[in-house]
Amino acid sequence: MHLPTLLFILALLCVFSFWIGKRRALIIADGKHCNLHSLPGYYGYYASLWCAIPALVVLVFWTGFESSIITTLVSRELPVALQSLPSDRLNLVINDIQNLVSGNIVSGEIDPAMRAAADHYQHLQQISQAALTVVVLALAVLGLLLAYRQIHQAQRARNWVERVIMFFLISSSSIAVFTTIGIVLSVLFEAIRFFQAVPISDFLLGLKWSPQMAIREDQVGSSGVFGAIPLFAGTMLISFIAMLVAAPIGLMAAIYLSEYASKKMRNITKPLLEILAGIPTVVYGFFAALAVAPFIRDSGEWIGLDVSSESALAAGLVMGVMIIPFVSSLSDDVINAVPQAMRDGSYALGATHSETIRQVIIPAALPGIVGGMLLAVSRAIGETMIVVMAAGLSANLTANPLQAVTTVTVQMVTLLVGDQEFDSPKTLAAFALGLMLFVTTLVLNVIALYVVRKYREQYE
Amino acid sequence: MQFNTQVVSPVTPLMVCTDIELIAAHDNRKTVGKISVTNPRMRCRNVNVFYGDKQAINRVNLDIGRHEVIAMIGPSGCGKSTFLRCLNRMNDTIDSCRVTGEILLDDQDIYDKKLDVVPLRAQVGMVFQKPNPFPKSIYENVAYGPRIHGLVSSKSDLDVVVESSLCRAGLWDEVKDRLDQPGTGLSGGQQQRLCIARTIAVGPEVILMDEPCSALDPIATAKIEGLIDELREEYTIAIVTHSMQQAARVSQRTAYFHLGDLIEVGETNQIFTNPQHKLTEDYITGRFG
Ligand SMILES: Nc1ncnc2c1ncn2[C@@H]1O[C@H](COP(=O)(O)OP(=O)(O)OP(=O)(O)O)[C@@H](O)[C@H]1O
Ligand SMILES: [Mg+2]
Repeated sequence: MHLPTLLFILALLCVFSFWIGKRRALIIADGKHCNLHSLPGYYGYYASLWCAIPALVVLVFWTGFESSIITTLVSRELPVALQSLPSDRLNLVINDIQNLVSGNIVSGEIDPAMRAAADHYQHLQQISQAALTVVVLALAVLGLLLAYRQIHQAQRARNWVERVIMFFLISSSSIAVFTTIGIVLSVLFEAIRFFQAVPISDFLLGLKWSPQMAIREDQVGSSGVFGAIPLFAGTMLISFIAMLVAAPIGLMAAIYLSEYASKKMRNITKPLLEILAGIPTVVYGFFAALAVAPFIRDSGEWIGLDVSSESALAAGLVMGVMIIPFVSSLSDDVINAVPQAMRDGSYALGATHSETIRQVIIPAALPGIVGGMLLAVSRAIGETMIVVMAAGLSANLTANPLQAVTTVTVQMVTLLVGDQEFDSPKTLAAFALGLMLFVTTLVLNVIALYVVRKYREQYE
Repeated sequence: MQFNTQVVSPVTPLMVCTDIELIAAHDNRKTVGKISVTNPRMRCRNVNVFYGDKQAINRVNLDIGRHEVIAMIGPSGCGKSTFLRCLNRMNDTIDSCRVTGEILLDDQDIYDKKLDVVPLRAQVGMVFQKPNPFPKSIYENVAYGPRIHGLVSSKSDLDVVVESSLCRAGLWDEVKDRLDQPGTGLSGGQQQRLCIARTIAVGPEVILMDEPCSALDPIATAKIEGLIDELREEYTIAIVTHSMQQAARVSQRTAYFHLGDLIEVGETNQIFTNPQHKLTEDYITGRFG
């Protein structure tokens, strides 16, 4: 039986179990709810879960291991000549067999041995599927019978069902947690490999970044220099310029929207502002590179400044515009969340609108505003596309916003695009940079939490 | 809003009779008692308040005299807070709310288009039904008003104003050691007294108090009532209260509201000993509300 059909039958069985479990409970209770520990529906769920869970668990594991077990069995049956091949050639043969089974194109001639193996494979697959159907359905029915027999008046079906639901909720949340842990660990281990090749002090304190590793031993200039400071300086410079643009504009836009704008105005302006957040960063990137950067260079030259055609200023300005909606939208929400009673209290003392905003509403909304700002900062730090296009790739260590700089994320991209060896320091450097970036944003978040909590303690 | 919702039962002819009288009295929309005083501080004429389409106050006429405490009583939801909020235009902050009629403060129409509400509200202060301290320290809560109005020139003057306001509100002894702690960290009753202190720190000429003692214990209530008595020498006070005893203790005149109508107004003594209107009598004797 095909998998979808099997699942469909299983679903039907579950519905049936629900019904039968509920009915059984009612029969036991003589039709009166008060004779039961839980509501009849819970006995239905109880039966239904017993029917579904064991069957599904077996189904998942079976389909997960099916192909590898069959492959092992088939390769054991292969002619000795094929079996004695080196492992990579053997893999190729097995691949061919699998392709034969699924009717794909096969590399090279089909010899009878392989044809036989493919037939064998197919045969095993059929057996496995039939067995799976039988086992799953049997388990489902068995579960149902078991549950059916267990239903009695004092049985705590509700508690059981709720425990199962809680278990599912816990496992869902742990998926997120474990994925994060997995990512962190993999980045960490790769970074450690990098630090075995390049001393950590050179990486953290080095002032020069030039990751040109030789691919062949005899190549000239085969040693790279991995000093991360210029990259972090560039990141900070651009993020700083971006926040200089986004923080005041976003905050003031939020104040206008939430405090002064009429309802109609707000309904038009807010979505318009949020469209800014929906523009793909690539589009911002070429806007920065083709419109803003040349404009800055031209106007700089006009007043006699030496501006490079790719500048931190251009990237920072455009990035600032990009993150305005983050600041404004979040600040707008928190300002709106300040209770009306607070405003009334201030007005009733004869305070003006702007006094109320400055002295009551902003302080009350501050934790949220700070949170929004820090979110915007991490967005700016992580932004890549605009910087690639508008700020350049050269790792200058400078505080001059008119020069080209590069950022951590941009270098990670350039290190990993194209064909790379996966164990050269050049590639591994990307992981070290990623780790640093991760630590930076983590520290930022911790600071944000601390700030927010401090104000909370003070004001709530 | 019609007051004819009482079930008229045909088997009790006497009841029918009184009800018809009531409806008649209501249809005239005549408030029982003397609404006007000589030389009033505030004068309200034909005041209607609507929330959207719903009318919450129906053609209320009422004068508030100088140096008097007027108590507003009535069942929950009858529009006491709504009426009180009209008197310093706090209803402006509610979008759906619309006020018609005329409200004069010293012969100046406060709903005049040209009038600036900011000085009006400094003149007519308000203590709200629910305490709403600012997310600031206790000191800053009280200092806020004097500061924005530039009432004080130095820090030491401000200290004096803060201390005297807190003293008069009966809160000083409890908070004098923690003036720098957040006002929101106080108990409900303390917050209410903080809001009272905050209001009197500005020195308004008319003070509107919406159930200022609803969260207070008898001792603090006595302090606030003492304060109200004391403030009456200079100021005018309108107080909403659910406590009949409190109304009797602190006020000179009492107004009874019912479903948006001002039913009866008169000397407090007279209202509580000899109410003229059946509804007033029912309410104060505890048969209603
Ligand atoms: N913001 C508002 N929007 C719509 N309707 C309102 C609003 N505020 C009050 N109302 C309505 O107006 C009527 C009068 O309300 P108000 O708050 O003035 O009553 P109250 O006499 O102060 O009652 P309480 O003694 O319970 O405080 C009520 O029917 C209420 O539902
Ligand atoms: Mg009220």
